[in-house]
Amino acid sequence: MHMADALISPAVGCTMWSVTASLIAYCSKKVKNGMEDQKIPLMGVLGAFIFAAQMINFTIPITGSSGHLGGGMILSILLGPHIAFLTMASVLTVQSLFFADGGLLALGCNIFNLGFFPCFIAYPLIYKSIVSRFNTQPYTERKHQKKDRYILIGSLIASIVGLQMGSFAVVLETLFSKISELPFGTFMLMMQPIHLAIGVVEGLTTGAVVLFIWKARPEILDSALSTSPLSSSNSAPLSINKVLIGVVVATILTGGILSWFASSNPDGLEWAMFKTSGVEELKSQETIHTSLSEIQEKTAFLPDYGFKSNELSEYNKSSEVPNLVDSGVVDTGASVSGIVGGTLTLIFTVMIGFVLKRRKSEITIS
Amino acid sequence: MGNLQNNLFDIFYMDTLACSKTWIHSLDPRAKVLTTLLFVGIVVSLGKYEISILIPFLLYPVMMITWANLPVIYLIKKIIILMPFAFFIGIFNPLIDKDIILKINLVDITNFITIMGFQNSTGIIEISGGWLSFFSIMIRFSLTVSAALILICTTGFDSVCLALQKFRVPSPFIVQLMFLYRYMFVLIDEASRMARARSLRTFDSDSKMKFSLFVPMIGQLLLRTLDRAQRIHLAMCCRGFDGHIQMFRKMNFGVSEVLFILGWSSVFIICRLYNIPFNLGIFISKLY
Repeated sequence: MHMADALISPAVGCTMWSVTASLIAYCSKKVKNGMEDQKIPLMGVLGAFIFAAQMINFTIPITGSSGHLGGGMILSILLGPHIAFLTMASVLTVQSLFFADGGLLALGCNIFNLGFFPCFIAYPLIYKSIVSRFNTQPYTERKHQKKDRYILIGSLIASIVGLQMGSFAVVLETLFSKISELPFGTFMLMMQPIHLAIGVVEGLTTGAVVLFIWKARPEILDSALSTSPLSSSNSAPLSINKVLIGVVVATILTGGILSWFASSNPDGLEWAMFKTSGVEELKSQETIHTSLSEIQEKTAFLPDYGFKSNELSEYNKSSEVPNLVDSGVVDTGASVSGIVGGTLTLIFTVMIGFVLKRRKSEITIS
Repeated sequence: MGNLQNNLFDIFYMDTLACSKTWIHSLDPRAKVLTTLLFVGIVVSLGKYEISILIPFLLYPVMMITWANLPVIYLIKKIIILMPFAFFIGIFNPLIDKDIILKINLVDITNFITIMGFQNSTGIIEISGGWLSFFSIMIRFSLTVSAALILICTTGFDSVCLALQKFRVPSPFIVQLMFLYRYMFVLIDEASRMARARSLRTFDSDSKMKFSLFVPMIGQLLLRTLDRAQRIHLAMCCRGFDGHIQMFRKMNFGVSEVLFILGWSSVFIICRLYNIPFNLGIFISKLY
């Protein structure tokens, strides 16, 4: 599931961007240092494969819905975590630019949710530990046939765990952004079971496809399974610890600075309320009402609603602290101004577009 | 299956759009990338109950679409297709956040309208914070999505990559992006050929594919992909590939680019700092 720009706050978005950017930089460095350049076209083309694989769907028996191959886990198994992470990042970038899945600010979150967890947590800690248990045993014919089971179980569990972590990260990011009102518990209860189902499907497809590859061309997997394809070939000049420290520092800095900034600025609504409860506007409202009533000669509605007296006392109370949200009373006159002005601005903006377009077409015709 | 093929046509179409020649298209991609990022950042930074202050930001997509001669209906359709996700998350806000935040006195509005010669009933509409934030989410979603689409329709993917490269994004990632973009079309073609070949030879209804058939098909596609990658690599080695993709495209960051960035960023900042529609509304009300 993709996060969308509209649902995250800039603090969360920028924090996740900085985390993701440092991860991309780290992986790029790893790839540059340790890779035979044969893998460069391979990772690009496999990224395209992730897109193409979505063309082929299978029908899930009872539900009637269809499933297709997911991304991160199979890439990790085939290419190793670093290349897989870069490939996932590029797939998500193309998706965000062309299909507008997610968005530019949310791209950091999406890469982290869908790339980091399968590539750097689920793959090394779960899949590899399960499959390597097989690898350490001495080779016999029967053991070799048992490898089927290891690969299937490994990719199933790893996919489920990776997706669960990813969806949990979506919940956390939404929670910290405070744009959506969904309470933590409800949202989590919605997200986790859905992603459990998705994880089972993805795990099964991943395992089955890996198995197919292993039977057809075992050398592809053996090279990927026995050693992690990158770390063995060079002596890791860039240690993961440094990068982790960098990530933590970047997170704290951006998150801290941005959230401080955000909280020192009053919330948008409070700010608007503060402006609207200023004396001048209040006066202007009154003059409107009086002049309107003069025109209409129908003043009955003002006392009916207790409009003036209540509103004024509210204003007097809240003149220092513009906390009208809690008291639940909001200036109705001001909201009318907002609506009228907003509508006018909207019309005005669209008009500008039309006028420009017309002028342009006139120029091209003449 | 149809869905992705449509997406593919979409990409072709967007590439065609990116090739047209207006002054927006000829701007340096870096300027457009920076402006888009600024726009998205400022729009997202607004408070969650804001609606009126978001409206002036519509100026950016409107101006860009007209300047760059982009098809409006097509872009609106694309945004609407993408709407459901934000909708389903946002729709919970009205259910949960029920505090009344906004009261619209219909009397005020009707009075306003009666001046213009209409008659209407009276009453007060109460709007909860949830609905406000829901509409705010939807507007924000449309604005940010349209900004991303406009960027890609006026710049093209390769140029965006080039701009990213100039911004010091690590080169393996850039190479990766370009490869992905180049071979996406080839492989989607290949996959759709396979799917079509299967559906021509099967007696099942077109849409149903069993898992037992799905696995060898995907596996076959994957094997072909791996072979293709190897062929590509060999071909590239023959042509002197050294891990970098050389692109010859002139990029100059001149006066017009600086003006473009400065102009739009000042517009964004003004729209962010002053609630223009609100002040306009007050001004109009004062007139009567």
